[in-house]
Amino acid sequence: MDFISTHLLTTILFFPVIAALLIWFFPKDQIALIRWTALLASLVPFGLSIWLWTQFNPSVAGFQFKEQYAWYPEINSTFHLGVDGLSLTMVLLTTLLMPLAILASFNITDKVKAYMMLFLFLETGMLGVFLALDLLIFFVFWEIGLVPMYFLINQWGSPKGEREMWPGMKVSARNYASLKFMIYTMAGSLGLLLAIQMLGVLFQTYDLMALAEKWSNFNSGTLLGLNVSTVKAIAFWAFTIAFALKVPVWPFHTWLPDAHTEAPTAGSMILAGVLLKLGAYGFLRLVLPFYPAESQQFAGWLAFLATMAIVFGAFASFGQTDFKRLVAYSSVNHMGFVLLGIAAAAKAMGTQDATIALNGAVLQMFNHGLSAAGMFFLVGVIYERTHTRDLNAFGGLFPLVPVYGGILIFTSMASLGLPGLNGFVSEFLVVRGAFGVGFAGGEWNYMVVYTAIAMLGLLFTGAYILKGIRKVLHGPLNEHWAHGEHKLTEINTREILVMAPLMILILVLGVWPMWLLDVINKAMLLLFS
Amino acid sequence: MATETIIWLLPLPPLLAFFLIVLLTNRSKALSHTVAIAAVALSWLGSMVVFFRALGTEHFGKEVFASSINWLPTGTDFLKIGVQIDPLGAITLFFVAWTIFMIFLYSVGYHNFGQPKGDHDRPGLPPHGATVTDEHGHKHTVLSVEPMYSRFFAFLALFAFGMYVLVVSDNLLTLFVGWEIMGLCSYLLIGFWYGKPSARNAAVKAFMTTRIGDVFMLLGLALLYSATGTLNYRAIFYNEEVLTRLAETMTPVFGLSAAGLIGLLLFIGTIGKSAQWPLHVWLPDAMEGPTPVSAMIHAATMVSAGVYMVIRIFPLVTADWHGHDLTAAMSVIAFIGTFTALFAATIAVAQNDIKRVLAYSTISQLGFMIAALGMGAYIAAAFHLVTHAFFKALLFLGSGSVIHGMEHGVLHTGNHKVDPQDMWNMGGLKDRMPITFWTFLIGGFALAGFPLVTAGFWSKDEILADAFAHEHWVILITLSLAALMTAFYTMRQITLTFLGQPRTKEAEHAHETPWTMTVPLVVLSVFAVGFGWVGIPEHFPIIGGLIPNWFHEFVGGTLIEHPKPVEFSWVPLTISLVVALGGLALGWLVYKDVKAGDTDPLEKPLGFLYPFLKNKWYFDEFYAFFVIKPMTWLSEVFTYQWMDQRVIDGLLHFFARLGLALGHFFRYYIDKPIVNELIGDKLGAYWTFQPAGRALSKTQTGRIQSYLIGAVTVFLIIGAALYLFVF
Repeated sequence: MDFISTHLLTTILFFPVIAALLIWFFPKDQIALIRWTALLASLVPFGLSIWLWTQFNPSVAGFQFKEQYAWYPEINSTFHLGVDGLSLTMVLLTTLLMPLAILASFNITDKVKAYMMLFLFLETGMLGVFLALDLLIFFVFWEIGLVPMYFLINQWGSPKGEREMWPGMKVSARNYASLKFMIYTMAGSLGLLLAIQMLGVLFQTYDLMALAEKWSNFNSGTLLGLNVSTVKAIAFWAFTIAFALKVPVWPFHTWLPDAHTEAPTAGSMILAGVLLKLGAYGFLRLVLPFYPAESQQFAGWLAFLATMAIVFGAFASFGQTDFKRLVAYSSVNHMGFVLLGIAAAAKAMGTQDATIALNGAVLQMFNHGLSAAGMFFLVGVIYERTHTRDLNAFGGLFPLVPVYGGILIFTSMASLGLPGLNGFVSEFLVVRGAFGVGFAGGEWNYMVVYTAIAMLGLLFTGAYILKGIRKVLHGPLNEHWAHGEHKLTEINTREILVMAPLMILILVLGVWPMWLLDVINKAMLLLFS
Repeated sequence: MATETIIWLLPLPPLLAFFLIVLLTNRSKALSHTVAIAAVALSWLGSMVVFFRALGTEHFGKEVFASSINWLPTGTDFLKIGVQIDPLGAITLFFVAWTIFMIFLYSVGYHNFGQPKGDHDRPGLPPHGATVTDEHGHKHTVLSVEPMYSRFFAFLALFAFGMYVLVVSDNLLTLFVGWEIMGLCSYLLIGFWYGKPSARNAAVKAFMTTRIGDVFMLLGLALLYSATGTLNYRAIFYNEEVLTRLAETMTPVFGLSAAGLIGLLLFIGTIGKSAQWPLHVWLPDAMEGPTPVSAMIHAATMVSAGVYMVIRIFPLVTADWHGHDLTAAMSVIAFIGTFTALFAATIAVAQNDIKRVLAYSTISQLGFMIAALGMGAYIAAAFHLVTHAFFKALLFLGSGSVIHGMEHGVLHTGNHKVDPQDMWNMGGLKDRMPITFWTFLIGGFALAGFPLVTAGFWSKDEILADAFAHEHWVILITLSLAALMTAFYTMRQITLTFLGQPRTKEAEHAHETPWTMTVPLVVLSVFAVGFGWVGIPEHFPIIGGLIPNWFHEFVGGTLIEHPKPVEFSWVPLTISLVVALGGLALGWLVYKDVKAGDTDPLEKPLGFLYPFLKNKWYFDEFYAFFVIKPMTWLSEVFTYQWMDQRVIDGLLHFFARLGLALGHFFRYYIDKPIVNELIGDKLGAYWTFQPAGRALSKTQTGRIQSYLIGAVTVFLIIGAALYLFVF
């Protein structure tokens, strides 16, 4: 016990890998054993995270539960972990969604062992990003997370479907999607890696806090033969694009609908629930602290991209006939609000409006994790039964599956941002913060315009959510699903168990967000003012 | 119990009822409606206690019941939420509690509780009737119980929760929460019979149209919150300093002051919620829901909420007003209200569906209130809001009773082609449904503004008197015209439905409805008459001053400065009398002799105007073509197919193609000719490498595990090598 309490973060971080290695030795036809082991193994980090949450003191500045080990002494990179309010929130989200995703995967029958191992590897990859306090470690975990997801999409993705890239060039959809996901993120990582190396060489350290301090105060002179401000601007964009790809921000978002649509249900849950948050986390953990001046200078561009993501994400979502793709595009729309909050904060760092916007952005990350995971799961539930995602093939299913229908409407409303549920609180905070930044001191600036345009996206959020419900549940019953072998069966207990924690949290956060927001708020105050 | 505690608790019973029904009691119809009705009865009781305690508090208005807690941390500060009842809140609570309670009770009978299950009924469609055999062996078709009875009460309870949240809020944010919860409930309830395509479309239309207003309202909230640092009513609307500051801050938008701009943004929310032109289109379609829902939306909750909000923000809208010329923001509000009042009245004249006439009359009457607010007649608007809530709830429940009676007739004859909502199929229901008739008559006369006895007269007269006193001639004339039409179409409706002879067999066999439906009608008709008497102007001839103008005194206390009553004048009174009595008389004269198979007597004299009005000025078609179509194109074609799939992905695929081409080049122009043929074949490397390749290919098992092992091994080796040799 003592070991665990002094090595809490490493335990949380590496427990999934250890479990995965254990599963490796299981016979591959013991499917039930593998499933339950994976589920129990993923519950351990969750339990430890809750413990971590209770032990964490949000009012203290800096990182807590720090652990530091020698790793790469020659280049001054250490294996350095720690949490603050921001990373703690994300760790909680990750460890919460992981057991749910594994429970959601109990219907997987193909190569179960490899599947579960990959999921557990994935968990470590993602947690590593949130826990790392060393830039090189951050990058290593950033890349590690890619590999399991690539295989999950490529091997367990939907077997049907083709994508024509250009006339005469057809590839299977899941190959296309997984490769696109991989190459896109790698492309973004290149610039990031170069920028990280430059920082490491320049300051002889990869320590996050030391670098943030030194780099942001390094303002004069020349570097690599260029003006420092130019180098900084280039490095800023290298960081920004790497993270923007992952969020994803318009116009780098087209990998997302493909990856989501082809990924297995649980893969989509984690992809939307956690992987997208890595990008936003990168903005908050690295871009804003490392480049306060550049962030402020380019805040307008960030706000522009965020607004485009919000508006076009909503439009594109409304334009879908594929249920899963509709939900996938909704992520672009919702994550746009995260970036809008970040852009607003970047513009007026340290003000109350900035803090409100940041509170909204971080809470939106958490909220989107819940509602998007829920939505993808619900799409998966109906896909598993009907083997189609075509919205026009459904219709009037409500009387057949009343419980499923109720859950779908509830979760959709959370995604829509209905007041009383979680999404509203964060979107309101973002809009309020961005607006506040927009006319600070009586001078109106572009933030007002972008926020106002973003409202168009909010309107269309309603349109696509209602389109989903309307096409699936409402209307005259499609008799195809009412009788015989195609008869649609109600959501089962396991599936309700996946949804229940999400729904409870969605409701609780909508009514009483204080317990979470208090931690976020203090973290934002300590970090950015 | 402390009054504040009661206020905190008011919204909770319906919410608990919702969860109880959804999670536990949904299989038992009796249990579900008992839970729901008990919940609203409890909230009603609490509301009455609060209301009467408010009456008994001296200087109520300066002193209010309020309590709040921290909700969201905002940096070093907190956003507080809480409850508050001031005079306006108290009076709203009063009519909301009564109408909601009555609507719940009514729903039991409306959904045929106690009747047998339908023969072919299924969830999502209205009940079609059940066949029963009596003791003589005769088969009858009778009304059948609603298949989703429990669900209905669950949604209705959630609806009531939303409205109570809105009324007890002490700030605009929780008001917005209640506002949106009601939006969801209206969506769920309008689409209650979701199996009907029309209901499904109406539900989406209602949600989306009101959401247009809502996003503007959200902007207004964010703006107000940023400008003042709070959303609390007292801190903004009862605070001279804040109001002055907002009035003096100018914005770059149309030269409006901050107060005006925020006021207008919030007001757009009301345009959506209270179905004002040009966002009125959803309300008539909302008739697709069951009738108690219509009453809920049209009287007790949704649309009243919109007007209630404008009354709330009245001090903000009028912050830069000095009592004479209307400010820009006020002019906009007055214009929207006035135009809507007339516009909707013209459409109501040409509708045949009994509920649609009422729907347009609601829009029109809300226009009266909005117009009153636009010209600064605070009390008159609040007064009309309350009286309208009572008589419109009465009218909707009455129309539901009529439809119910007609359905009885339809089941009797078995001719399902007869639309039980079409007034042309009715006639002569007076003798068959006497309670419904007399209560409907009271409600209709109140709507028409029948002099002296009805509540609608007093409140409508006050609006006209205000327009006259402040010399808003255009508003006065337009509203008078609208009032004339109101009286006309009301009498048209009463005559077609109840008077004369039955025009169909179904109408002959119509039947009075059960007590659960008629009792609410009687209770509401008491208010439709009596509530007018609490607001009789002091200087009204003869009866003025007999009863003190309590309403003015009480509600006026909500504002910092008590508004002055307008001076009495015979002109607006005469107008009121003429339009009400004249309209009623005209309506009776034109429609009293309509026979079965006749067309509308108005059709000929109105000419091309008649189809124009009947088709609601073609607004639905206009929006479908100019809004929905372009937006769908923008989404499906422009954003998705063109921008994402063609341009962005096209660019990516171009890079992919470039990569392939490069690879191709290297393979066919460098690798193959130079490496393979020259070095490989000609120089003999091939014979060395091929066997080695064969041997290695055995490791390519195609199993992920073995690849992973391979990857890990290589990784370890490289790592070890680097560690040993490089560092």
